[in-house]
Amino acid sequence: MAVLRPARRSSAPLLTGVMCALLLLFLPAASASRDFAPADNETWRNPARSTQEEVPHHQTNSTAHKKAFPVLSFNYEHVRKPFEISLWILLALLMKLAFHIIPRVSHVVPESCLLIVVGLLVGGIIKAVDEKAPVFDSKLFFFYLLPPIILDAGYFLPIRPFTENMGTILMFAVVGTLWNAFFIGGTVYGICQIEAAQLGSVDLLSCLLFGSIISAVDPVSVLSLFEEIHINELLHILVFGESLLNDAVTVVLYHLLKEFSHAGSVTVVDAVLGVVCFFVVSLGGVLVGIIYGVLGAFTSRFTSHSRVIEPLFVFLYSYMAYLSAEVFHLSGIMSLIACGVIMRPYVEANISHKSYTTIKYFLKMWSSVSETLMFIFLGVATVEGPHEWNWTFVIFTVFICLVSRVLGVVGLTAIINKFRIVKLSKKDQFIVAYGGLRGAIAFSLGFLLTDNEMKNLFLTAIITVIFFTVFVQGMTIKPLVELLAVKRKKESKGSINEEIHTQFLDHLLTGIEGICGHYGHHHWKDKLNRFNKSYLKKWLISGNRSTEPQLISFYNKMEMKQAMMLVESGSAAKLPRVSSTASMQNIQPKEQPRRRAMPSISKSREQEIRKMLRANLQNTKQRLRSYSRHDLMIDPLEDNVSEVRFRKQRVEMERRMSHYLTVPAKRQEMPSVRKVWFGPEQQVFTYDDSESPGRPAAPARRGPPDAISLLTESPQRTNQRGGTQAANGGATAKAGEQEEQEEQLKLSRFLSDPGPNKEQEEEEQEE
Amino acid sequence: MGALQSLPGQPEYIDLAEKTGFSFEQIGVLHKRFKQLSHNGETLRRDHFNEIPDLACNPIRAQIIEAFFDRRNFRQNGEGTVEEIGFEEFLVVMSHFRPPSLHMTEEQRENVRTEKLRFLFNMHDTDNDGTITLEEYRHVVEELLSRSGALGKDTAKSIADAAMLEVASISMGHMEPDEFYEGITFEHFLKLLRGFEIEAKMNIRFLNMDTPTLCK
Repeated sequence: MAVLRPARRSSAPLLTGVMCALLLLFLPAASASRDFAPADNETWRNPARSTQEEVPHHQTNSTAHKKAFPVLSFNYEHVRKPFEISLWILLALLMKLAFHIIPRVSHVVPESCLLIVVGLLVGGIIKAVDEKAPVFDSKLFFFYLLPPIILDAGYFLPIRPFTENMGTILMFAVVGTLWNAFFIGGTVYGICQIEAAQLGSVDLLSCLLFGSIISAVDPVSVLSLFEEIHINELLHILVFGESLLNDAVTVVLYHLLKEFSHAGSVTVVDAVLGVVCFFVVSLGGVLVGIIYGVLGAFTSRFTSHSRVIEPLFVFLYSYMAYLSAEVFHLSGIMSLIACGVIMRPYVEANISHKSYTTIKYFLKMWSSVSETLMFIFLGVATVEGPHEWNWTFVIFTVFICLVSRVLGVVGLTAIINKFRIVKLSKKDQFIVAYGGLRGAIAFSLGFLLTDNEMKNLFLTAIITVIFFTVFVQGMTIKPLVELLAVKRKKESKGSINEEIHTQFLDHLLTGIEGICGHYGHHHWKDKLNRFNKSYLKKWLISGNRSTEPQLISFYNKMEMKQAMMLVESGSAAKLPRVSSTASMQNIQPKEQPRRRAMPSISKSREQEIRKMLRANLQNTKQRLRSYSRHDLMIDPLEDNVSEVRFRKQRVEMERRMSHYLTVPAKRQEMPSVRKVWFGPEQQVFTYDDSESPGRPAAPARRGPPDAISLLTESPQRTNQRGGTQAANGGATAKAGEQEEQEEQLKLSRFLSDPGPNKEQEEEEQEE
Repeated sequence: MGALQSLPGQPEYIDLAEKTGFSFEQIGVLHKRFKQLSHNGETLRRDHFNEIPDLACNPIRAQIIEAFFDRRNFRQNGEGTVEEIGFEEFLVVMSHFRPPSLHMTEEQRENVRTEKLRFLFNMHDTDNDGTITLEEYRHVVEELLSRSGALGKDTAKSIADAAMLEVASISMGHMEPDEFYEGITFEHFLKLLRGFEIEAKMNIRFLNMDTPTLCK
């Protein structure tokens, strides 16, 4: 992007401006026609569409005479609904794209603000042409727009920080939201009692209801904002976790108060029932999520036969969890999150790599679209909706929301810090308080209120609070974070050392707790892990991966990532530089120094080998391109994992080869460069079997691939590879060096046709 | 947290509190535990630790127990191991797991971090030579994976090798093919785990212990 910017600076705004104008013109025309009778549509729309449409004059022609067969006709009603929906989404995404192209704006203003502004513009245009905007349907919001965002959040929730801070998060979510609701409701009622405001008609229960709607921190806004400011993990998970878990409180309070405001009076029994209801809603939601999560994990165990539909299971089970929870008025958000969290470790162990990527990208894509649409609709509904503006009420509400949030956070932290090991400092508290944004959920809940004279008043106030938090707090939090020098997110590269030490620390702390006789966090976590390992993993993970310890899976994932990087960073011919230039030779203790001269390979031979490798790499690529809709790959490279590893190995090998070939005889010792790589799936090298059936797959079976050998293991290896060509005495003294050579050549043999074999055998006989 | 029984009087506690930073209550509780583990004796030995049932299923049990008998953890710049420890040494080792207090300067925090990392380093460096060699690191990973059963030695080797490669590339950057990386020194170890935030992780809550209901 940086390179493109200078060239496009002049054209980008112009281009986007033109795009916007075109679409904005088109869109109101399209959506506004929704409520008109079909007869009017034609005459109204034709002038507006004249630039887009083909030949409309055919129709006027045909009316006079007998109707000729219409070669080209126009029938918009046919496709109106999907057309309009697609158009809206397209507009939203183009806007999003436009913001990222214009660099200056996106640094200062968070995306959510921009999208709301766009919504306001669109709403304004619709109003200007005096048409009716699409009605903001709460059902649309809760059933279609919200679940993807929550599922994305829940599926990719970082479990470790979440569980470590669970107590704090729950305190903020439950107690904090309750405090907010009652404080805001109470003070607003107090204000309404003042004669001057002329709000005497607002009663206590309505105020409390209003308070409960506006008190909850909104996950969508928080997510959208915190993603941009890259704050440290602890604060992120605190605010974000709070926004997710307060849904239960919001749901209960909202329904409770709604019922009460209909009934008119509250008794103690009702209050007690309310508390019970809270527990039922939250725990019930989580239970529903767990059930569906386990079902999903169990299903994924068998999907190896049909990889293409794997992602669908994840999505559908989660969506069903959400809907099932909504049936019973349980907390759908908590159910969705529980489902995602439970399902993830098992599903990821079972599904193919492609499915994992698919799930990841689809979730990101859907949640991105949803979020964009949500903010735009918010803008449109703001312009359109009936408003009742009351200065006192609105200003006071905004002020009180801020105050109550700050008081709540400070008060709760004072209590929480007594129980935390790592206390929350003042800076942390400020960020938590300041990051409590309200969003579209509050608006939708407000929309669901029954129509009475107070509804418009409330809606106006809610919108103002949302706008205030999103715009003011959203825009200023980034400079404040920098000003206060709050710790930012550290870019971790997934170091294997850190993973080892994380595990080590876990066991160490559990052990120390055992010595102290203290059944603390680590003790219970350890127990849970053991339960997981002995029972759950056996049931929910297919094959022999169920016994794979976490360290190994982590290690495999890292290797995979590196392999992908190697493959993507260019073709094999370019010999990519691996980042760590230290190799095993630097670490292995120097054993018996072997003095042998490296056999020199002629230049032409080297060229030939390189050509072979390159050709075969291309062959593999071509083979991948064809696939049917039901089966991803039918050739022996079925499992993508092995294919990637294979490529990596080839690349690595070529690099090593060129290294040796160009640095001849300088060394006296065999560089025991070893590929540190291990695959638990014992069925890795299927390619071998198909290509060269005669050759025993012995080299492929064990962990270290056959391209490179290891000094200390060479005696062992020669035993293994009894059947192979390394039988030149198999003595350890010579074996290392020769094996190296042979393996390289052998690999090329695997790849190519038997042509070079003869030459190689000649060469080996020479040696 | 109930009534502290007849324990050594206050002056000794003051001395210990100063040395280790624990509060009187915490020392009292830990002393109770000490007495329980040592069967009311004055010193603890390795077999006392072996009796703790909770430790039985811990994969790095041996290393944890060794850490208590390692002179390097007694903060007296000693070396080697001892056969039995008194309450003071017990406390000193435990004090490595105290959380940093809220009002610490950056320097103090750095000290705490170094101290905790030193403890970990000592646990890995079993032969007291100041570096963690490849063999020692392999041993660590093997122990970690020892409960996983089948996969064992080979995997551990690969993982340990990869980890050493990483350390080498972080600490030494580019290395000539003839150079040899001896092992992880303490500086390299610090550098390696700098982003790990160990002062936030390596902590135990020392209050809220209910000794009457403890195991055994």
